[in-house]
Amino acid sequence: MAERILFRGARVIDPAAGRDEVADVLVTEGVLAVPDGENATVVDCGGLVLAPGLVDLHTHVRQPGREDKETVETGSRAAALGGFTAISPMANTDPVADHAAVIHEVRELGARASLVDVLPVGAITSGLEGETLAEIGEMVEAGVRMFSDDGRCVPTARVLRNALTYARTFDGVVIAEHCEDASLAEGGHMHEGFHSYSLGLAGQPREAEEVAVARDLAVARLAGGRLHLCHLSSAGSVDMVRRAKAEGLRVTAEVTPHHLVFSDENLLTYDTNFKVNPPLRSPEDREALVAGLVDGTIDAVATDHAPHAVEEKEAEFDLAPVGTIGLETALGAVLTHLVHRGRLSLTRAIEAMSTTPARIVGAPDQGGPLEPGRPANLVVFDPDAEAVIEPPFGSKSRNSAFLGRTLRGRVVHTLYRGAMVVADGKAQR
Amino acid sequence: MNQHLLSIHDVDADDIVRILDTAESFREVGSRVIKKVPALRGRTVVNLFYENSTRTRISFELAAKRLSADVINFSTSGSSVSKGESLKDTALTLQAMGADAIVIRHSSSGAPLTLTRWVNGSVLNAGDGTHEHPTQALLDLYTMRDRLGRLEGLRVAIVGDVLHSRVARSLSFALVKMGAETTLVGPPTLIPPDAPAWGVEVAHDVEAVLPKLDVCYLLRVQKERQRQQYFPSVREYSRLFGLSRARVGLLPEEALVMHPGPMNRGIEIDSDVADLPRAVIEEQVTNGIAIRMSLLYLLLGGSGSPGEEPVGARTGAADG
Repeated sequence: MAERILFRGARVIDPAAGRDEVADVLVTEGVLAVPDGENATVVDCGGLVLAPGLVDLHTHVRQPGREDKETVETGSRAAALGGFTAISPMANTDPVADHAAVIHEVRELGARASLVDVLPVGAITSGLEGETLAEIGEMVEAGVRMFSDDGRCVPTARVLRNALTYARTFDGVVIAEHCEDASLAEGGHMHEGFHSYSLGLAGQPREAEEVAVARDLAVARLAGGRLHLCHLSSAGSVDMVRRAKAEGLRVTAEVTPHHLVFSDENLLTYDTNFKVNPPLRSPEDREALVAGLVDGTIDAVATDHAPHAVEEKEAEFDLAPVGTIGLETALGAVLTHLVHRGRLSLTRAIEAMSTTPARIVGAPDQGGPLEPGRPANLVVFDPDAEAVIEPPFGSKSRNSAFLGRTLRGRVVHTLYRGAMVVADGKAQR
Repeated sequence: MNQHLLSIHDVDADDIVRILDTAESFREVGSRVIKKVPALRGRTVVNLFYENSTRTRISFELAAKRLSADVINFSTSGSSVSKGESLKDTALTLQAMGADAIVIRHSSSGAPLTLTRWVNGSVLNAGDGTHEHPTQALLDLYTMRDRLGRLEGLRVAIVGDVLHSRVARSLSFALVKMGAETTLVGPPTLIPPDAPAWGVEVAHDVEAVLPKLDVCYLLRVQKERQRQQYFPSVREYSRLFGLSRARVGLLPEEALVMHPGPMNRGIEIDSDVADLPRAVIEEQVTNGIAIRMSLLYLLLGGSGSPGEEPVGARTGAADG
């Protein structure tokens, strides 16, 4: 790639280098370079922010198995449009990503699309059944660094203990848990509380998550190893993680944009785009999640991008599947609801959406620092441009909790390994 | 009044009084030899029943027919999913047929509200999941007012599985709106913990509550809740919360016993208690027709007073 691109006058935010300044950034041969005054295509970035590309720790791309909802390619395109340069497809596909063949297939599809780094997550247990460990070593050899039975919680403390302990065989491997006590959550379609009782919808109490978080932290203390907690939703969980970190446990945690923005009050019209798992909880829980992200108890924002077919979501509330798409709205949501309201600094937002998740998932080419010679994985965004969220999306699905809402903060360009895969807000491949 | 009746929250106290007063004028129609007025002639009412409920469906059917509307019964067992056609497609079909009102019974909470996205006609909730059953609540208010002369200040206990009862939700909300003092009684496993926020009291000792009541309203015990461990056994439920012959004596002399039906005689209500004069369970059924006539009439903008010729009625395409 011989093209030389000079991004002129951007506000460069690079948390890994502790950098926040207006500067020029040169990309040549797919990597970052020192601006040298030589010929280059100039991209004016006045008023725009340039940052390391966003990294998603929690993505459902539905391939193999449900290509009608999303594929690795369309999920990658949605990601690029949202400013991401890496995604982590979850293992709950059909077949399950519990062996190297599926991992290879997903990586190959990702490489073919070449829009973002595709970093598949392997299953912890065979078939996500929670009984026998999947061949973690074989998947590590295939490049996997994160393992999760996402969609389900590892059902017994013993299996989780063995997974955490066994994973210590390998460097940099993390076990990611979907924390949910199945017996408390069973049958629940939303957060249990005043609104679930009034709406006549079976609820799942926040304690369904907290029981599992408490167990997992205790098991991590026993087993060692690295534990990552997916999509926290309750105030009590945030408190437990805060204490565990103070104690020195090697635990990290993520939160989704929709849990940072919405609450169970959004369910009053039975809008199935707000039916997610874990459920949107009370406004008090949401505030605790924001506080946890601000103080670093919660390390990362992850989308839990969960595409579903229109006809599945346009259904009775209790019959509709859980999930919202999120790749194309994550940055705008965080900017609109946290940064522009003065809750979160822009640097901390980039850190939580790029630098830290890159470290958690072990992706050295991602998350900065933006130094000469490193791969040019970048996002350029206009922090003040407003956009109404509506189809068409890059995603094959349109089940967005943000439909019809205005978000302030829009991705302008995304560079993936030096290539402008998104230019002026339009996908280029 | 709103276009739809999805929840008791769709009506205020003045609306409720108007609905009951209108029902009062329609009740007389049911005692005529020719039980029919032309108020909704040419209008089409669809009964869309995803759950079997012969009682409620027949009540709505009679109500619509007594108003001279064309009635279509669109019944299906099980959910729309098991039937193969989505709620949306069924709604669009009914819309294309020109339904002026759709009466929907569905096992999913919120299905009536979802239906309103796709149809122009009025939607009446005839019971959705564990959410609401507003027409039942209104006929219960009608029965209480008819028998006791007022609603404000009435002391009403709703006894049983409030947690899973759409009747209890609608009735609680309606009683609170009308200024009645409402107490929910049952084991804590079957009472929503946040129920006091509805404006009601909560009690677990039925015998302590009974002497202070104007109305004892019993809910049907669903035996599947025993399997789900909400209570140890139907026998124990009956022993602790059933309205036995001994307990009914604790009620003040004028107090009513009510039940939305169908009853489990011998479980939540002793069989002899169900047949006492103070048990007004059949009156509830009779009044249900008048209330549903009133609601169809008011929601569809039926014209004139009952008995007069309709004005401006439009033709609905009805092909059965």
